[in-house]
Amino acid sequence: MKNLILRYKFFLVMIALWVGVYFFKTDLALRSINITLSSIKEMLLVIPPIFLLLGLFDVWVPRQTMIRFMGEGSGIVGILLSFLGGAMAAGPLYGAFPVAAVFLKKSASLRNVFIFIGAWSTLKIPMFLFELQSLGVRFAVTRLALNIPGILVISWVLDSVLSDQDKEEIYRKASNLGKN
Amino acid sequence: MSYIFYGAAFLFLIISWFRDKQKTFLAIQKAWRAFENILPQFLGVLVFTGMILAATSPETISRIIGARSGWLGTVGAALVGSLTLIPGFVAFPMAALLLQNGAGYMQIGAFVSTLMMVGVVTYPVEKMYFGTRATLIRNGAAFLFSFLVAYVIGWVHTL
Repeated sequence: MKNLILRYKFFLVMIALWVGVYFFKTDLALRSINITLSSIKEMLLVIPPIFLLLGLFDVWVPRQTMIRFMGEGSGIVGILLSFLGGAMAAGPLYGAFPVAAVFLKKSASLRNVFIFIGAWSTLKIPMFLFELQSLGVRFAVTRLALNIPGILVISWVLDSVLSDQDKEEIYRKASNLGKN
Repeated sequence: MSYIFYGAAFLFLIISWFRDKQKTFLAIQKAWRAFENILPQFLGVLVFTGMILAATSPETISRIIGARSGWLGTVGAALVGSLTLIPGFVAFPMAALLLQNGAGYMQIGAFVSTLMMVGVVTYPVEKMYFGTRATLIRNGAAFLFSFLVAYVIGWVHTL
């Protein structure tokens, strides 16, 4: 029980915050319920199948395969696969984190995982097509052309700035996520 | 789009089930544990996002991004993009509307770029997976990078 409260600490703080808002700005608090409910609905549409696919991936794909395609020595193939994996995704960025964790658990390189996260955040193909339509060719193509080198630079920065200890911590977190 | 995920998940579950029931059961168990692990953070973030979005109506956003031009407007747009969590299918038409109503391309570039790459409200979730330092560096770098994107987008639209 105590453990449960500790785990839901952040959620409980947010609920308390909401109650506070309710007293001062009731209409805002009520409007936020609708938005939260629709976000929960969106989450339920995206997240459960991702976790199921990840569970299957975890069980069926051998570590060796991951190392070969996205591990430390995977070179240009690993970089391309990471870009493609992220770009073919759908759904909000928070969906990328559990995927990244399973990749890390299977010994993908940190740099490739950050490329994957970057691509998921801003290079998704369905989003690009939609951006093209709403904001025009110039806007969408300029952003695409900048984002590819931008993601590479950010991943490289992360990989160089993080200490070995930070990196070990990230891998440790990733391998603990499926356990209780 | 999400139906594809559901379809794929069921298809692979069935294939997996026929090949190895025990492994499939293990996969479902792992999926549930990973989901249950992150659920508290998710719920907290969604409650918080609801409040942020309720407080920032399209009118508020257009007031911040639309009225002020120049770098001040760009910084404001980047902050709004970082703080909000709007799906692209809502954000792009909104950005197009803001452009029609007189917002500059540089500001919209900053807004769209930070909206996609920077997640302040999802910080608790990202931190669970990548730790504090990596999360801060990734978001900080993406925030700065968005100003470059904004500048170039502003520039190509003057050509």
